[in-house]
Amino acid sequence: MPRVSMKVNGKPMAAEAEGRTLLSAYLREGLGLTGTHVGCDTSQCGACVVLVDGAAVKACTAFAADLDGAEVTTIEGMANADGSLGRIQQAFQDYHGLQCGFCTPGMVMSTAALLAENPKPTEDEVRHYLEGNICRCTGYQNIVRAVMAASGQDTTALAAE
Amino acid sequence: MHNFEFVKPSTVADAVQALAAEEAQPLSGGQTLIPSMKARLNAPEVLVSLMGIAEMQGIRHEGDMLEVGAATTHARVATEAAAAFPGLAGLAAQIGDPAVRNRGTLGGSLANNDPSACYPAAALGTGAVIVTNAREIAADDFFLGMFTTALDEDEIITSVRFPIPQKSAYGKFLQPASRFALTGVFVAKYADGVRVAVTGASENGVFRWSEAEAALASDFSAEALSGLSCPADDMIADLHGSAAYRAHLVAVMTRRAVVAAS
Ligand SMILES: Cc1cc2nc3c(=O)[nH]c(=O)nc-3n(C[C@H](O)[C@H](O)[C@H](O)COP(=O)(O)OP(=O)(O)OC[C@H]3O[C@@H](n4cnc5c(N)ncnc54)[C@H](O)[C@@H]3O)c2cc1C
Ligand code: FES
Ligand code: FES
Repeated sequence: MPRVSMKVNGKPMAAEAEGRTLLSAYLREGLGLTGTHVGCDTSQCGACVVLVDGAAVKACTAFAADLDGAEVTTIEGMANADGSLGRIQQAFQDYHGLQCGFCTPGMVMSTAALLAENPKPTEDEVRHYLEGNICRCTGYQNIVRAVMAASGQDTTALAAE
Repeated sequence: MHNFEFVKPSTVADAVQALAAEEAQPLSGGQTLIPSMKARLNAPEVLVSLMGIAEMQGIRHEGDMLEVGAATTHARVATEAAAAFPGLAGLAAQIGDPAVRNRGTLGGSLANNDPSACYPAAALGTGAVIVTNAREIAADDFFLGMFTTALDEDEIITSVRFPIPQKSAYGKFLQPASRFALTGVFVAKYADGVRVAVTGASENGVFRWSEAEAALASDFSAEALSGLSCPADDMIADLHGSAAYRAHLVAVMTRRAVVAAS
């Protein structure tokens, strides 16, 4: 089986991968990084979103071999160096932006991509950007609040629940 | 998913050679092909990634023509075509969601010719030229009905040349679950006429609405379309909308595209 190498969360890593090994399986089973969740496995829900060379990508809809040499950031790479929650993660906790937490890794990674492109998004821009991330629990209100807070914006003006 | 041999050539010539193998198939963004391989609707023995081919990437602006490499992602078209051809960039920005746009490509979308896909409307609505490894195909001759194109087996799209219109826009009525177009209309105004291409509506895939083109040619305004309706005969009817509803949407989205055209 060929070996596929990537720089994951800043560290060079490698694991064996068949042609059909998806990026999600490579991360979870090959590298033991189980923070990336597989929800639908049909490209619909966004739970599996990671950053590939800085861009949000559904890890269930890319082959690991096609991304040989890429730089990947997963939810495990979002904490601070001392292990405390990163800025986006902390905002999700502070604003109750999760309930069961299954969608959360994808939500946090999509938020990271959004804020890198657009550091102070409007509420509409947040909702639009997160269209591909589905949450069955929260009703999205607190997710949007968390993203606004993570971008350093006032959340009191957001529409009431 | 059945396993396959994965190859990633760096030139079109090498890709064409790799595709000559038995049961070989090209892979671009995989946003359509990977889900269909998971469902075992496709089971190639060799998968040839086109994403490492530099000559199939990027956007080139030359006079009245915008040439887009077939392996260029929707996200890149949405930003890099914005100045030269805002109608095309606007269409690309409305495809799927950010993660789909970061992987999905122009070539994959046209080759797949999903009856509800967005790009076929832009290609037909501009009279684009689809460039392959072997020849050039006019958009009017390329789309041959749902999921069917003029491409030969093992022929790959390498780029698409869009004649840049004076004004254009894409009106998309979103099917919110799939994010595809329930019905979408691309309208483009040129010095010598207007083209109107409709996706998501017909059982035969993308088509030109010639009555609207004629009406808009003499008067490019939403009023010029009043009273005009598109026949519902060959329209798709499913749980998302009846044939009559889609026919109605064609007229509404054409008017909205004309109003939005810039
Ligand atoms: C959640 C979701 C939402 C989406 N929403 C939309 C939408 O709103 N509008 C829309 O238009 N599309 C939508 N799509 C489809 C998306 O745009 C796909 O990216 C596109 O249809 C296929 O492009 P691809 O590069 O991913 O091709 P692939 O999936 O890699 O390939 C598709 C097919 O084309 C063939 N192929 C690929 N490249 C070439 C080439 N250069 N020459 C010849 N054959 C080739 C492949 O063999 C395969 O048969 C959506 C997809 C998903 C998952
Ligand atoms: S698991 Fe990848 S989109 Fe749902
Ligand atoms: S918190 Fe449960 S799916 Fe989003």
